[in-house]
Amino acid sequence: MVSFFRLILVFLVIGCSNNILGQSENEMVLVTGGSFIPLYGTDSATVVVRDFKMDIYPVTNNDYLEFVKKYPKWKKSKIIRLFSEESYLVKWEDDVTLGINFLPISPVTNVSWFSAKSYCECQGKRLPTVDEWEYAAMADEKLPDARILPEYNQKILTWYEAPKTFENPIGSTFKNYWGIYDLHGLVWEWTLDFNSVLISGESRKDVDKDTNLFCGSAAVGASDLMNYAAFMRYALRGSIKANYTGRNLGFRCVKDVEVLE
Amino acid sequence: MKALIKILVIALVITSCKNNKNTNIASDISPKEAVSNEILELSIFNLPSTWTTQDNVDIELKSLKGDILVMVMIYTTCKAACPRLVSDMRNIEAQIPKNNKGKVKLILVSIDPETDTPTRLKAFAKENNMESEQWLFLRSSIEMTREFAAVLAVNYKKISPMDFSHSNIISVFDTNGVMVHQQEGLGVDNKETVKTILDLAETN
Repeated sequence: MVSFFRLILVFLVIGCSNNILGQSENEMVLVTGGSFIPLYGTDSATVVVRDFKMDIYPVTNNDYLEFVKKYPKWKKSKIIRLFSEESYLVKWEDDVTLGINFLPISPVTNVSWFSAKSYCECQGKRLPTVDEWEYAAMADEKLPDARILPEYNQKILTWYEAPKTFENPIGSTFKNYWGIYDLHGLVWEWTLDFNSVLISGESRKDVDKDTNLFCGSAAVGASDLMNYAAFMRYALRGSIKANYTGRNLGFRCVKDVEVLE
Repeated sequence: MKALIKILVIALVITSCKNNKNTNIASDISPKEAVSNEILELSIFNLPSTWTTQDNVDIELKSLKGDILVMVMIYTTCKAACPRLVSDMRNIEAQIPKNNKGKVKLILVSIDPETDTPTRLKAFAKENNMESEQWLFLRSSIEMTREFAAVLAVNYKKISPMDFSHSNIISVFDTNGVMVHQQEGLGVDNKETVKTILDLAETN
């Protein structure tokens, strides 16, 4: 019992504790690693992803509210401009009140990369890498890699046209092969290394491959130009900055799977 | 098809405002603020990361407070763009008059901390005649480097064991660690960058 209290004390001291923060704490599922060819990969094209656990749902307004209450430096009125633009939680009433018409179980949006990263770290998790996110998101209901199916791309593109999906509650889209919801159809999501994308996403810029702006950009071309949906995601990642926030940009966390010796 | 066009149009709109090669980001920061002891909201001194120099000394970014900082992110095994970025940095350094040299630190930050050990950075400094006091080489952990790049809006990706793709951006920070200017591209006209540095040196 004493050691238990000591443990709690340690958590309090380091400020960013691993104890239970929101209801989504335990709602993670295992994604079995493997190799795949992402739209934008490395020289050798195939990328290896290790086993990891991923949040079943995106982080909700309610989860995030608990987070800012616990870590006030991420409150709307406290966050420093280096870590977020002014649009951070812009539609919230105040520091601890969601906006009118906000569902507590809708995905939180208008959060910056810094704040999303900190949220995950404070739960002992982290943001997924681009490769991990894309790996988990290439699954449909039945297949771990559904990218070959024309319907798969069509379905995602249809979502990209649907208005205001960020207002929907979590879990309102399909459950994929891994048991994960809402990777497509709700909000765009931050990734840990979003700034590893070296396309500017702008046709005027990309035409001449921009060898002066990006060293080596010619070496990493798109592997599957038919995958427009993935192209859109990479273009978005390539065009945003870490202090940026968007009404349709949220996040979820992942965790490494501890290898048993 | 219609959907695709719509998406591409949206993408264009989203990204169309980021085409400026030379942007003055916070030029309206008044000199008064420079005197304050507090860390300004936009300052990179807010980052908690620690870095190791080419002399194997651990520092925090805030220990650089008081100097004008010119920063670039490179990796020492790079064969393509980095030699040109390095020469761009030397070119900038050469244009700072002697009496102001002491106010400016030129910093090369490694995006490949696994390879670029302090020893490697030291050797790189020697090879490139960047051994005088105003040159600083830094490396940190992979995570901290990723975060630092995010602040500088530098994108990079490891594409093979020895090579990275990366943006070519030189950033200028005032004595409070607030970014005031960025130059994007290789061998671009650095007149604006040098002017920014000299203006800062005049007011400090």
